[in-house]
Amino acid sequence: MATTESDQMAYIAAQAADARVNVEVETDEGMTLNLGPQHPATHGTLRIVAKLDGEKVLAAEPIMGYMHRGYEKLTEVRTYPQVTTLVNRIDWLGSFANEVPFILAAEQLMEVEAPPRAQWIRTVLFELSRIANISLFLGDMAVQVGATTPVFYAFRDREFVLNQIERVTGGRFHPNFDRIGGLKDDLPKGWIEETGAVLGKMRDFCDEMEELVLGNEIFQARTRGIGVIPPDVALSYGLSGANLRASGIDWDIRRDANVGLVYDEVDWKVWTHPDGDSFSRFWVRLQETREAINILEQLLGGIPSGPIMAKVPRIIKVPAGEAYVATENPLGEMGFYVVSQGDLTPFRVKIRSASFSNMSITPWLLKGVFVPDIISILASLYFILGDIDR
Amino acid sequence: MAEIPEHLLKRAQAAREKAEAEAKSSTGDSTKPEETAVTETTETDEEVILTDEKAEAALATLQQELEGKILDSHIATGRGLWIRVGIQDWRPAAKAAKEALDCKFFDWLSAIDWMPSPYGREHETEQDLINDDPEENDDKEMEWGYTGGETRFQLICRVYSISKKIGVMIKADLPDNDPRALSLIPIYAGANWHEREAREMFGLTFDEHPDLRNIYLPGDFEGHPLRKDYPLLSRRMKPWPGIVDVELLPGDEE
Repeated sequence: MATTESDQMAYIAAQAADARVNVEVETDEGMTLNLGPQHPATHGTLRIVAKLDGEKVLAAEPIMGYMHRGYEKLTEVRTYPQVTTLVNRIDWLGSFANEVPFILAAEQLMEVEAPPRAQWIRTVLFELSRIANISLFLGDMAVQVGATTPVFYAFRDREFVLNQIERVTGGRFHPNFDRIGGLKDDLPKGWIEETGAVLGKMRDFCDEMEELVLGNEIFQARTRGIGVIPPDVALSYGLSGANLRASGIDWDIRRDANVGLVYDEVDWKVWTHPDGDSFSRFWVRLQETREAINILEQLLGGIPSGPIMAKVPRIIKVPAGEAYVATENPLGEMGFYVVSQGDLTPFRVKIRSASFSNMSITPWLLKGVFVPDIISILASLYFILGDIDR
Repeated sequence: MAEIPEHLLKRAQAAREKAEAEAKSSTGDSTKPEETAVTETTETDEEVILTDEKAEAALATLQQELEGKILDSHIATGRGLWIRVGIQDWRPAAKAAKEALDCKFFDWLSAIDWMPSPYGREHETEQDLINDDPEENDDKEMEWGYTGGETRFQLICRVYSISKKIGVMIKADLPDNDPRALSLIPIYAGANWHEREAREMFGLTFDEHPDLRNIYLPGDFEGHPLRKDYPLLSRRMKPWPGIVDVELLPGDEE
């Protein structure tokens, strides 16, 4: 294939960039600091190349792709039911939540609707994934600014939620439980009461985190006024989820563009914060975890009885068409653009993952901050590498 | 557990009763579920009409703003609005969506390769169907999705209006000989990484993009993996790990 001149230039630039950052070099433009790919603060293999002037960051650029698994290509050779196995590895901390938008997109194209009971259980598991995911963030954020204790509490208490997910789906991390037209199985006996007790524990965990972290003087000093994202910038970079709401934009897909889940049946609130700094991102996520508990407690009391599967053909062929379904995942908006040509496999699947867009703001955001703030800002943006690299 | 508001209990009860009634009526009669599906759609008719109006109003606004440059449009009831413009109108269309429709939220940008894959596979066997004869591949016609198309590569981007709660998919055909478009960065800063990804995965070029380096692939990677004619090597070397899985549905016997 013919390469254009700009391709060649890009190639040379990439090579030069690779060679440059392996050592820390003092140049006229300042020093280059390489963080990662293996760095305790990066939740996976992410590398950040920062150009410094003393402690100040002149430019910083994340370099990804160390974990790229090519899911968009792989979906083209998998049948629709097989795709869920792939996609629940995207955001591995809230894996059930990854399956839902894909299944909903396929259901939309097939014009199938899951029975009410399946929709309720989906929503319950979706919110449980959110708690499992965000509770780890609450502990992790604290560890990034120097407090070690909260992360152990987070790992300890998250396990209660994972146990509940495991009891239903059989998998702590990769449930592969959602099916086109419903769910694989029903809830086990006694599960609802147990989950109610777990939710009580998670409520205590949130209070504990608030006491431990939120009021801490060091935490406040490290996060207040740091990494401020104005609302219009947040929108133009496609930030979503708690990052967007922490910039004061009152937008939640669960409330405003809900597809196929039963959030309308519940009385709940969307939390926003006007500041847009690292602190507000932590605060919004903490409130969201509580709100998720609140949603779950209402949902658990009202799961309707009935079948958990709609009638779907045994070999699933999806009619030709295009559909985009997004849901409010723990990390933000996750959507699947599914193009079908009436075959057993999707023709093209575009995965819109939250972390990719959330991270794309970092070159803009890290410009002019101090080196220690890189870590706290990255932690507060909250990304999962699998969700960036797909 | 927190106290559950009374109206929710009532709604839940109603849903439960409805589900029970459906379960009763569906036993022994396989045609029943379809009927219930029909009644459900009539129940939500009101909502569907509303979203339709929204999409049509949005389309009218865009048509006015772009002065008839929209080549084709598609409204999937309650699922959104698709428009297709010429490649020269790619940036103006995004601009019009941002300014006239208040679509400030940049959702995503990507491309679609509409060429039928030469590496189709036989689902019944465990073998990949490898079609190396170029003439045979020419027989397959490209089939475009919503709003049609003219060329192999199509750019697609989605922008969303949080105030109006409407999302617009903008498509544009890229010329076959030189797939190149103007970058959307001046309008949406977030397009930067998405365009870099589209470039490396499909081999497209975005003019006025400040930094078109690879984002995921190594600097010396050859080829563009998401093109349909890029072989998935692991699939060529190993047989397909199992034919179509068919899972028994509840109530299914065989």
